[in-house]
Amino acid sequence: MREDKELRSEGEKLVAHYKMRGYIPSCSPKSGAASVILKRPLSFLVSAAVLWMAAAVAQAALPIQHWTTSSGARVYFVESRGIPMLDINVDFDAGGRRVPADKAGLGGLTHALVKAGSAGHSEEQISRRIADVGAQLGGSVDRDRAGFSLRTLSSEREREQATATLAEILQTPAFPEAAFTREKARLVDTVKEDETKPDAIASKAFYRLLYAAHPYALAPTAETVLRIQRADVEGYYRANYVAERAVVSILGDADRALAERIAEQLTAGLPRALGAPPPLPAVVRPRSETVRIAHPASQSHILLGLPAITRKDPDYFPMLVGNYILGGGGFVSRLYLEVREKRGYAYSVYSYFLPLAQEGPFQIGLQTKNEQAEEALARVRVVLGGFLAQGPSAAELKAAKQNLIGGFALRIDSNRKLLDQVALIGYYQLPLTWLDDFTAGVGKVSVAEVRAAFARRVLTDNLVTVVVGGGQK
Amino acid sequence: MRIPLFRFLFAFLALVMAASTAGAQGAAQERKLANGLRVIVKEDHRAPTVVHMVWYRAGSMDEVSGTSGVAHVLEHMMFKGTKKVKSGEFSRRIAAAGGRENAFTNRDYTAYFQQVPKAALPLMLQLEADRMSNLLVTADEFSREIKVVMEERRLRTEDQPRALVAEALNAEAYFAHPYRRPVIGWMNDLENMSYLDARNWYARWYVPNNAFVVVVGDVKADEVFALAQEYYGRIKAGPLPARKPQLEPEQRGVRRLVVKAPAELPYLLMGWKCPVLRDVDKDSQPYALEVLAGVLDGNESARLNQSLVRNSRIASEVGAGYDTTARGPGMCFLEGTPSQGRSAAELETGLRAELARLVQDGVTEDELARVKAQVVASQVFKRDSIFGQAMEIGQFETAGLSHKDIDRVLDRIKAVTAEQVRAAAKEYFVDDALTVVVLDPQPLNQTKPRPAPSGVRH
Repeated sequence: MREDKELRSEGEKLVAHYKMRGYIPSCSPKSGAASVILKRPLSFLVSAAVLWMAAAVAQAALPIQHWTTSSGARVYFVESRGIPMLDINVDFDAGGRRVPADKAGLGGLTHALVKAGSAGHSEEQISRRIADVGAQLGGSVDRDRAGFSLRTLSSEREREQATATLAEILQTPAFPEAAFTREKARLVDTVKEDETKPDAIASKAFYRLLYAAHPYALAPTAETVLRIQRADVEGYYRANYVAERAVVSILGDADRALAERIAEQLTAGLPRALGAPPPLPAVVRPRSETVRIAHPASQSHILLGLPAITRKDPDYFPMLVGNYILGGGGFVSRLYLEVREKRGYAYSVYSYFLPLAQEGPFQIGLQTKNEQAEEALARVRVVLGGFLAQGPSAAELKAAKQNLIGGFALRIDSNRKLLDQVALIGYYQLPLTWLDDFTAGVGKVSVAEVRAAFARRVLTDNLVTVVVGGGQK
Repeated sequence: MRIPLFRFLFAFLALVMAASTAGAQGAAQERKLANGLRVIVKEDHRAPTVVHMVWYRAGSMDEVSGTSGVAHVLEHMMFKGTKKVKSGEFSRRIAAAGGRENAFTNRDYTAYFQQVPKAALPLMLQLEADRMSNLLVTADEFSREIKVVMEERRLRTEDQPRALVAEALNAEAYFAHPYRRPVIGWMNDLENMSYLDARNWYARWYVPNNAFVVVVGDVKADEVFALAQEYYGRIKAGPLPARKPQLEPEQRGVRRLVVKAPAELPYLLMGWKCPVLRDVDKDSQPYALEVLAGVLDGNESARLNQSLVRNSRIASEVGAGYDTTARGPGMCFLEGTPSQGRSAAELETGLRAELARLVQDGVTEDELARVKAQVVASQVFKRDSIFGQAMEIGQFETAGLSHKDIDRVLDRIKAVTAEQVRAAAKEYFVDDALTVVVLDPQPLNQTKPRPAPSGVRH
């Protein structure tokens, strides 16, 4: 449902790919302002494909195979032999929600340090072992998950070295003191830099208001990071990087026997869980309020939203379809047309739901010059209010379904995209037929269901607004 | 819609398995229409989708002073309707076909693309062909869209300290060449732009003989060529203005600038004038520079990260960049963020020490092999994205090279020797060709001076 993540990752990987090759269309260095200018931010591109497929014959499928390793890790495997390469994803229930409030940043720090040295190899050796076989090791941490991704050639020498290295860092991280000190300092630098950026300030304030005492609210500060000790990292790893809560997704040029061997190799030596993880508090909906934070930027960064839905929410499809119409749908959504096309208020205006294990946020966002921030915000409220009151029109619903159903193939037309979907299914334990059922789920949605779902989930009494900008602090 | 599309798609993937056991991937094919439009098609049958791109050889380097940013503004106006397709209709029809679309402008080109299920491809050619010759640029639509572009500039540049640094570096490094102007345009030029500027731009550059089409995906090349003839073939070729070389005079000494903006840490950006690839067979230095960038920053154990972030901890982040291909002049970049308590000057000294070590001792065979292993692997990995393959073709073509050169370029990179890398570093990383820009971070609250760095290391 969060369309931007999938598209952003495609864009970023593309940039990374070209960067390495030197062909990225850029006149500036990698972290400077890319000069490639999109009509719309890549991150808010909407995924989509077509009805013609209805007529096609469903033939033999390559299903998601699922099993559990000897240590209790869940495995999801798709065999796809088209390209001699293999993608592996390992996720743990070790994202931000498992971190104590006074040590916010511990999840990200632990994740960064896993590859900083193992029982058998130094940090430099680990980096070289990956690079020497042309493999790519990545990862990400969000509020639920801490994950690692490996892409390697499937030829034996390359594959063996790449998977052995991943297995080693996951199961025997050494957390060297020097790397710990360094990464902690770097995190403090990043956190302090973020405290000067209007988008980061707005996002942190937004989550703080939405989630209050729930760990989804947490963001690291210099204070919480400086409090973290090396023993905290080791403890966090032992408590959360456990086999029973690990999810391994494998996709590519391998047979079942090889996938089983790799899954064992990656998980047999993981720490074991000492029991169920401590329960998390329920998400409590916030009281509606508008918070303004002064900032010298020329634009105001505006966010509106509230905690909304979980991954397994029965309202998932009505919300997906409704959001496409409200602010998710590319160049055709109501917010895009009313805020950007008709009034020129903003380059980027969007809405999305980010379903999580517990109620993830519904978010509307835009940036506009300070002088017109109030008018733009008022227009957003009018558009949202109108959508909540009347719901979509029949024509809008039809157009949304055409895009979401027709464009379904574009969600899974590469190994990378498909792996992301499989990993999501595995982590949140969605039905293995989730992708098979996607278009039917979209197809069933009615105007009344969209309106009812939004009425249940997007309550203006609980809607939080953050405005960062407006001039000098 | 009850048909399990997911399974259907996999049936396609399964069929490919059988077809691709040889591992051979079809080469791209090319046709030139009578009006000068070139059409490049690469078949890739892994999934029932296709990417369609139209590239115009008109970017910000073709602009003149006073109307900087017009190439990009026109890109926005390309979505605002034609004689046949009214404003907004273009995007609605692509969305209804299940498609995704966007466009991008750079110094060398402007490009438009759609990613669609393959059955929608004819509609994409129809719509792109229509806006290649029938665009309406009205004062009314322009008056709103130019505001959007100014918001875009605020978002991307005005409020982004590092973007301001990059903008300043280009403006300082190039006295004469149009690369000195930002792609998005100077704000004052945007404020004073007229719809007629955009209309004139369109009239001058948007002709089939200044464009090429790239299609990659589950298509048959001959069918695409026939579609292209049907839709694009109707458009008449037009006269193209002479392109003046506007060559940059030789730089005579290091140039230095400071940019002040609200931030916590300084940021350092260094750019050296470097060659780019003009002749795939005769040139050799661009390949060496490509490998050099890989040795410095191609992976986590590469020299800059290992030395300056991990070992000496002068830097919090560090990087190197080089674009092998471009229509205009080339540049090699080093950049970095000093750690808390360290200065940009210390980081510059550290980066220079790495360059000196490279010139003095050269690179090891291990480093060379590591960079080349990644080139080899990337050739396999790139096949996973039809979008990436189309981008690669477009990059080569706009730079004046041919898509047929892609494999040759990779082979030549793989043949680079350690001595070539050392020699390239020695020849090009010299002060007389260097421009340095430093971000001087300012407190958010201007009335309260930032305390001096404590010098304390974490």
